[in-house]
Amino acid sequence: MADGVYFRTGTFIACLRTRIERVAASFSLLYSDYPLQDGPYADFHVELAPPRGLRRWLRPQVDFIADGHAPFAALPADQAFPMFEWGLNWCVSSQAQHYLIIHAAVVEKNGRAAILPAPPGSGKSTLCAALIHHGWRLLSDELTLIRRDDAALIPLPRPVSLKNASIDVIKRYVPHATFSPSVTDTVKGTVAQMKAPANSIERADQAAAPGWIVFPRYEANATLALTPVPRSRAFMRVADNAFNYTRLGAAGFEALKGVVAHSDCYDFRYSVLDEAVAAFDRLASQAGNR
Amino acid sequence: MKAAPVLVRVLRDPECLRRLSLADWDLLLRQARATQLIARVALLAQHHAPDAIAPQVAPHFEGALLVAQRHREAVEWEIAQIGQALDSVGLPLILLKGAAYVAAEAPAARGRSFADIDILVPRARINQAEAALMLHGWATSHHSAYDDRYYRAWMHELPPMQHGRRMTVVDVHHAILPTTASSKPDSAKLIAAARALPGRPGVLVLAQVDMVIHSACHLFHEEELEKGLRDLSDLDLLLREFAALPGFWSDLLARASELDLERPVFYALRFSTQLLGTPVPPATLQAAARFAPPAPTRRLMDALYGRALLPQHPSCDDGLAALARRLLFVRAHWLRMPPGLLARHLAHKAALAVRGEE
Repeated sequence: MADGVYFRTGTFIACLRTRIERVAASFSLLYSDYPLQDGPYADFHVELAPPRGLRRWLRPQVDFIADGHAPFAALPADQAFPMFEWGLNWCVSSQAQHYLIIHAAVVEKNGRAAILPAPPGSGKSTLCAALIHHGWRLLSDELTLIRRDDAALIPLPRPVSLKNASIDVIKRYVPHATFSPSVTDTVKGTVAQMKAPANSIERADQAAAPGWIVFPRYEANATLALTPVPRSRAFMRVADNAFNYTRLGAAGFEALKGVVAHSDCYDFRYSVLDEAVAAFDRLASQAGNR
Repeated sequence: MKAAPVLVRVLRDPECLRRLSLADWDLLLRQARATQLIARVALLAQHHAPDAIAPQVAPHFEGALLVAQRHREAVEWEIAQIGQALDSVGLPLILLKGAAYVAAEAPAARGRSFADIDILVPRARINQAEAALMLHGWATSHHSAYDDRYYRAWMHELPPMQHGRRMTVVDVHHAILPTTASSKPDSAKLIAAARALPGRPGVLVLAQVDMVIHSACHLFHEEELEKGLRDLSDLDLLLREFAALPGFWSDLLARASELDLERPVFYALRFSTQLLGTPVPPATLQAAARFAPPAPTRRLMDALYGRALLPQHPSCDDGLAALARRLLFVRAHWLRMPPGLLARHLAHKAALAVRGEE
């Protein structure tokens, strides 16, 4: 992959260059279903490479390079693939200002999308990983892209990033899924990526209409609870989770208003994935009856 | 010689946007991103070649224009707020650089982003200005005693002041070059010539020639040049805007001498014509030649700025760009401080680095 591989992910084309074997291996494992593109155009040109200097012989490291410029400090070499995932997310969230971008997972059923904004540790990705193998389509597990003119949600299906205990939970819950090797001792603990379902990648050109905003929270042994949240409060909480709400000014406000106006908003507490998936299915079927 | 980077060609002649290949558009977007010029290029494209914009690039232009619009609104708001604060102690608001271009509705404001607002205050009243801004919510963001002294004793500005709620930053200058620099342009002259703006009571900007000279002075004393091409494009737009004013070109050269800033004005005219094709009258270029450094220095500066002012992007790097930028960084420090003071300053920074504090 030294010359660069151009691939499409959602509405973006990315070009990845690397000579690092473990990046190439995980990439072929998780990105085999993505359409390859011809150059020369890419929205994001990224590279993973060992930093120059003597240190590479003592303690091998890796740099994420976005078009010639390294926005982050180097990481230990075994974190190269997670760094690619984080770096590509950074490219989207810092450079794609034509969307309002929320830090949230987003999944779809029957044309309507559920947005799951949540701080790390709330079980957002775990819930997302379970849903997308039980009838819901993955739009994104990390970046909710909102088109401004019609508040539609634009897919960016990429591998789902799991960490720590949720890796084994999901490996048991979705045994047929494909996972990258786990990497330990990252800033987020142990991480592994789960391949996006082929069907979600195939339908990456189909936007979804907003349906629900659900703020998930995993709590061991808790009984399932779905509590309505007033739209006004939900609006502010989603804005707090946005990457570029203030950068877009009035345009950001209008886009978010469009999404919240068409969404039912809930706080959601869960401890058992089966129950959580069933609760989401009830939301979807109620909507169908309306 | 290598062909000019596509971004430079577009700034020089926006009509060439009609003839770009997809590979050119790809590079244009990347070079513009590296120099914070996406929004300016987007405006050029909308004006000169709206039908030729590559569909892949159009969304990036759209996003950059939204962000630029928001920047502009935020700058307008800050101008009003800072103006109120200064008015409470009877000081007029004299805007510098980007904020001044916005207030004056100059072409140089188009598609520009802003990191902070720069204002000019008479040195005798700088404490009053600081107190007024503090009462209105701004506070100094540098905390070490050394930094504070660095600014107050040696620099031409207060430590940057940040607003507690909006987090916006205002730089309060009493001069356009550090007190320790060898050129000492007289701020009183700049303030005396500052002009009022129609429809903006209480807001002043520098006279047209002074605006150009300050922009030149800033760029050619700048340490970090990653936004160098953006600043050169500002200069180009200012010169094109003012070119038709009666007596502008001769006033510019006379004022450069009066303010002891001949050299930066020479470089501004030289590099804006060379790189961006600014239409400077040949007689002015000839007359400005007397501001030039001796030939060996001039050749060296051509080699350094000719590289450092290009987009800081791998596609524009001939292998010497990083070295050129490093040498210009050293030059900028050299111009800011006499050698003894510079040695002291660098020793302090080095000691901090060793102790791991910075």
